[in-house]
Amino acid sequence: MNNFSVTTASRPQKVIASILVALYALITLMPLIWIIMTGFKSSSDAIAYPPKVIFTPSLEGYVNLFTSQTRLTSEQIATTPPPEAWYDKLVHSHQMVIVGPSRFGQRFLNSVIIGFGSTFLSVFLGTLAAYAFSRFKVPIKEDLMFFILSTRMMPPIAAAIPIFLMFRELGLSDTKLGMILLYTGVNLSLAVWLLKGFIDEIPFEYEEAALIDGYTRFQAFYKVVLPQAATGIASTAIFCLIFAWNEYAFAVLLTSGNAQTAPPFIPTIIGFGGLDWPAVAAGTTIFLIPIMIFTILLRKHLLSGITFGAVRK
Amino acid sequence: MAEIVLENLSKSFGNTVGVENISMTIPDGAFVVLLGPTGAGKTTALRLVAGLEMPDQGDVQMNGQSVLALNPAQRDVTMVFQQYSLYPHLTVRENMAFPLRSPLLKTPQEEIDRRIKEVAEVLHIEHKLENKATELSGGEMQRVAIGRALVRDPNIYLMDEPLSSLDAKLRAELRVELKRIHQNLGATLLYVTHDQVEAMSMATHVGVLQDGKLVQFGSPREIYENPVSQYVAERLGSPRINVMPADLFGGAPKGAITIGLRPEHIVQGSGGIKGRINRVEHLGDHTRIHLSLSGNDLIAVMDPHNPVSHGDILAISPQNPIFFDANGIRIQ
Repeated sequence: MNNFSVTTASRPQKVIASILVALYALITLMPLIWIIMTGFKSSSDAIAYPPKVIFTPSLEGYVNLFTSQTRLTSEQIATTPPPEAWYDKLVHSHQMVIVGPSRFGQRFLNSVIIGFGSTFLSVFLGTLAAYAFSRFKVPIKEDLMFFILSTRMMPPIAAAIPIFLMFRELGLSDTKLGMILLYTGVNLSLAVWLLKGFIDEIPFEYEEAALIDGYTRFQAFYKVVLPQAATGIASTAIFCLIFAWNEYAFAVLLTSGNAQTAPPFIPTIIGFGGLDWPAVAAGTTIFLIPIMIFTILLRKHLLSGITFGAVRK
Repeated sequence: MAEIVLENLSKSFGNTVGVENISMTIPDGAFVVLLGPTGAGKTTALRLVAGLEMPDQGDVQMNGQSVLALNPAQRDVTMVFQQYSLYPHLTVRENMAFPLRSPLLKTPQEEIDRRIKEVAEVLHIEHKLENKATELSGGEMQRVAIGRALVRDPNIYLMDEPLSSLDAKLRAELRVELKRIHQNLGATLLYVTHDQVEAMSMATHVGVLQDGKLVQFGSPREIYENPVSQYVAERLGSPRINVMPADLFGGAPKGAITIGLRPEHIVQGSGGIKGRINRVEHLGDHTRIHLSLSGNDLIAVMDPHNPVSHGDILAISPQNPIFFDANGIRIQ
């Protein structure tokens, strides 16, 4: 073996590579770790200076996130029966009482419905459009593809005012349907372009073979093209979901009481005496979980989907 | 199985001619081989029969009925693609079951299992049935592609150079096997190749294509012995037919420009024309002799025990010569 093997790393090379990777991971994960830690701090620890790295964990942030509370007067404290559940006790120690659930659950559910709804719609429409652009003779195909791409050439928020007026006229303001349509509109160009690339890579011979094997065009698409496009569909879905999930500006502008998603809601969690940092951090942590699960579930497709086709070229 | 008729079939792709005015009757149970170099229109002809292309004009009939309005599935044909086209996301077994499970056939599971087992044995792929199609070698992929066609009982089997990437031994084996399947099932086959051994050994009929036109159609023997043109003569025979100036041996008919001589039709020692031996190839069952004759190179096939060697001067005479005119058309 020579010293310049491209397939086998030497020991020092491995060590250096590992250190670099670890360093990079640390830098990128630091904010995430800090957020997760803050979620388990008490209000005073969260704003302590210098920052506390070692602290007594508390679920205060999570309790505040999910509950709506009110402050008790001294007389009220004296008259109310002693709290029984752990969260009641926690709140009670701050001279508060839980009066009901907070709006976080509903905002989170809105995020799930709007995020996954628009992702599904983007990928569904995107796959059909990409297949058509890839396989059929579409008049002015190049121009249409460029037009689709051009919708990405300015930041979507630049069209905020027309969209705001349009939504108001159509009664889509502050509705989940409106937000799903909006995010689908933004994501669709990405979905069509990404998926067209993936479908172009699938040789048309497979569909011809399926036609000969007794299937219709649609069945060939469904049984032969879709399974092979799984990689592309999975990665497109992840990109679409990340955008819709994290979108902030339109959510602030177009939603309020009914269809508000979690991103505009989380920073507004105000406790008594300023922003409730542990609750904000707890909300952010919970907000991260679905997208992590989604990505991990689809990871298999992202990695293993690269098949070397059984078509001789 | 069915009789297939191609009638004045033409198909162009932009300015490129695919096939031009092809008419041909493929009798029920025939094994028709289409011969021709790359670009002669062989694959286009197959695709027109399959329904993967629509002709610009002409008709395709199966059992006396035009099938132009039918899609490939309704035509009930199978096709072995040159590029295999195995479904990469399925196993070998699933690939072979795929046509049987189609909405048209809806074969019961036991029947599927039985047929796959039969065909897999013939093609020696039983041990690969559970493998993904992508985990096979080129030869195995080609056998699975053939297997996917053989599990069915269609109107016609269309095969586009199905043996091209197999090694010599397997190719010989599958030639015999395809011939046996043809005879046992009474199957109708339309088979594209440029391998003359495949054409000669399997075909009941050979069609020779030139620039999209069908220039001759007949039994392999007929094509070999009575080619209509120099082009057809050169398609069959290995080594190739020797083509030389017509007046080399004398006695050329009027208008003849070239003379064609099969290597086995060059007979030693009886004529006055002498050639010099440049090379001798002892191939066991016969010997190939490369001769130089008045500046023309030619190859003769002779008895393996012929004691000639490099540098010898050999007297030769032609037998069964074929003469061609200036356009390469045969002069009878």
